[in-house]
Order: sequence, then structure tokens, then C-alpha cells
Amino acid sequence: MDDLTGLKTTPLTAWHRAHGAKMVPYAGYEMPVQYEGVLAEHAAVREHVGLFDITHMGEIFVDGPGAEAWLDGLVTNRVTGGALGKVVYTAMCKDDGGVLDDMLIYRLGAERWLVVCNAANHDKIAAWMKKRVPAAGVAMDDRSDATALIAVQGPDSRELLGRLARLANLHADIAALDFYTAFTCPGATGEWIVSRTGYTGEHGYELYLPNADALAVWEELVARGADLGVAPIGLAARDTLRFEVCYCLYGHELGEDTTPLEAGIGWAVKLKKDAFTGVAALRAQQAAGVPRKLMALEVTGRGIARQDARVLYQGRDVGYVTSGTFSPTLKKPLALALVETGVPAGDVMIDIRGKGVEARTTAFPFLSARVKGDPRAERTLA
Amino acid sequence: MVPADRKYTQEHEWIQVDGGTGTVGVTEFAAHELGDIVFVELPAVGSTWAQGDAVGTIESVKAVADLYLPVSGEIVAVNDAVTGSPELLNSDSFGGGWLVKVKLSAPAELDALLDAAAYNELLGG
Repeated sequence: MDDLTGLKTTPLTAWHRAHGAKMVPYAGYEMPVQYEGVLAEHAAVREHVGLFDITHMGEIFVDGPGAEAWLDGLVTNRVTGGALGKVVYTAMCKDDGGVLDDMLIYRLGAERWLVVCNAANHDKIAAWMKKRVPAAGVAMDDRSDATALIAVQGPDSRELLGRLARLANLHADIAALDFYTAFTCPGATGEWIVSRTGYTGEHGYELYLPNADALAVWEELVARGADLGVAPIGLAARDTLRFEVCYCLYGHELGEDTTPLEAGIGWAVKLKKDAFTGVAALRAQQAAGVPRKLMALEVTGRGIARQDARVLYQGRDVGYVTSGTFSPTLKKPLALALVETGVPAGDVMIDIRGKGVEARTTAFPFLSARVKGDPRAERTLA
Repeated sequence: MVPADRKYTQEHEWIQVDGGTGTVGVTEFAAHELGDIVFVELPAVGSTWAQGDAVGTIESVKAVADLYLPVSGEIVAVNDAVTGSPELLNSDSFGGGWLVKVKLSAPAELDALLDAAAYNELLGG
């Protein structure tokens, strides 16, 4: 059993324990890794709707007349000029272009912003920002320990979210929320942020709440979603869900020794921006040619390729698996790998615990996301 | 309570002996701890192994576990139903989820394995 002593908890930890979750240490928190089972939870999100406690994520609010320009200089994507409620996915890089973290940045007001970072990187990012915050014109307010985050994901997520009593008068606002936009509204004990974002590839929402509001909202969603097949979802299924739609996970596809160009999130890097930390290194890498690229692989031999398994092309070690598992939706072993750019599409081998197993490159993503448009659209499968 | 008609290992395998041949599987506890099992690899029929050898692999969505042979001997059968439908290990680990049959080369090894009561104790009760 995992030692869970001394870990941070969320307002929902007791609920998870009481409802049969297997709890594990994750980024300094005691978090549910699964309840009923990863396959059933995965299917619940793909077919109906699932609830995730992702309170461990970091929430850093940034305020002031200098906030917009300052944030824009810290990250690779463009945050300036966005409309109120716009959400931007971006990387924050070091000077050498290595990724400190990937994150969401929300425009909550003319001069008010929210930075949402990974739990495992929260302390690093908070310190990185604090060290660089200007003496005047920008104020940082790290509310990670006071903010709960509940994700409602799946084709029935809009229906379920609309059943929350507190959102009863906001159905038009929910319906009008485009992918990667958000609105704020008054909650029971403080402000809520309703965000059309997620990490599953399904139509979904993320709900930022004061800690004190979280348990009542979670229990209301569970109760009001019974006829929709709502299920609580653990971190294991969160990982398989994001993996199938090829969303990057820090510590796997992303890290301080990987650039966003290599990891396939070059679309979130605006090299034409005036200046941001890492821009010189990233421009140089782009000009010289990116040395590694993320590849999607299907294991055609027998075995499941896991993180760090080596990838071989014509007998030569050309890279490593960043994420690999058995895809619950496609029912086959798949992997993402960082490999040398020169490796062509086609057959490769993966060293799975000392045994060479055949694999071949396949198209991105393994499973098409349904985050826009019809939440039950026919899928494109790799 | 686990079935009393077989013996157990510290690594959560079971073996049920009939004549000179033992049927080997993993316990319900082991299958449950692994979670949803999605891949099983078993040794070749005819291969011979020593007690404690890792002869196969059992993988769930999240984890990989080795199958250790509880006794020395020759593999005389493998359960193709399980390699085709690994979820059998989660639903029927003590029955239809058996993994291999082994012809015992040193039957005395059985004496050192756990009986059902001792295995229950290992599970904490």
C-alpha cells in the first residue's frame, strides 16, 4: 500500500475514500487513481459523463495594468489582445527552450488573468513567476490551496452542468461558451469560473470553485447525473483519455529537456512575438531543423510499450516512448515516442523489457477529439 | 476466504495439483490489485522451468506484473482463452482465468507453499 501520510488533501478526499477509490500519492496530494476500474471509467467519459477532482492543479491569479504584457513575455503562445473569457493553452519555457510547464491562461478581466499550471510543477512555476514579477503594475495571488477544480467531461456534460441549481439562470451562457472560453459567476461562498476546457478529448467543462463550495457541487452533480450514467473518474482514466487524443502530459511528452517544437505543440509557440523567455533558442531550433519529433506508434507485435522503452529503427536506437498503454477505446497497445526527425513513417521496433517488438507509425491523434461541434459525432480512428 | 483445494505463493500465485500436473493461476487479490488486465503473455508449451522463474507477463492498463512459476517443471498447456480475453483474470481468477498447466519435476516443492489458511493470513485476515 502507498504511504499517504503527510500528503495534501482536497475538499473531496473524504468523499473519494468513502466511495471506494484507490488513493495514491500524486504531486504531493492524496488523489483517487481509480474507483470502479479504469476501463469502466474511461468508457463512462467517452459515452456519458464523468467527474474529475483535479483540485491539485495550481491556480495563480495575476492582476494589474502590467499583467498582460508581463505574462506575454513569460510564455510561448500569444495572450495579448484576447477577448474577455478567452483561454489560451501555452508552454512556459526556460531560456534554452526547455519546457518548465504547459498551462492555461485565462483572461478574466481587462487587467485580471488566471494561470493554471500542473500540480507537480506548481512550486517551480510560482517561484519562477515571483522571481520575475515587476516591482509595480503586476500583482500575483497564488490561490492554489484555496481553489477547488472539478472537471465535468463527456457528451452529456453540458446537460449535467446545466442541472446545477446555481447555474439554473445561466443556461444561455453555458450554451454560448465556445471551446477554450470561460465565464465567471457568483458561487455559494465566492466566485466560480465555468470553463469550456478539458483533458479528455470530449465535450466538457472545468469548474473552478472556492474550496468551501466543492463538496456540495460534487454531490449535486453525482445526484443529478444518475440518469445520465455519471461516474467519478480517477487519475488512471484521466491519463488514458488524454493519451488517446494525444494531449501532452508533463513528465512524459514535455519536460525541461524537451522543447515545445519537438513535443508537437509548435502551434502554441508564436515565434513572431517580439520577445518571450526562450524565443532565441526556439527560433534557432526552428531554423536549424527540429532534431526530434513526437511520433504516434501502434504496437503490432505482442506487448505493451511503456514510458522510457527504447525505439529502434533499422537496429539503431532513435528515441524513446514517452507514454504507452493499452487503448481502452481502440483496444490495442499504442504509444507516443520522441524520435529522431529523420526516422520515416513505417516500421520500427520497440524494446519492451529486453525483447524487440514490432511497431509502426500511425496518424495523430489515435482518436479524434469531439471538443467542438456535435459531442456525439462519429469518430475518426487511427 | 480463498479456495482450500490448492496451494499459494507469497507472490499471489495459486497451484492446484491433480496427479503429477499442477494448474497455475494468480489469486483474485493479485488480479484486483493490478486492476483491469488487458494483456497476458504465457510461456511456450514444452518449455521447462525452475521454481520461481518468471514465465509470463500480466499487464493492466497501468501496471506490469511477472508470473512466477510456483514449482519446477515442464509447461504442458497454456490457457489460450486468457491470452485472447485477459479480462477473464479479473472475472474468474480461480477458475476460467487459470494460466498454465505444469508437469511437476520436483513435487516436494509443494510442501513449502502456503495453504489456504496461511495465504489468508498473508492477506491480513
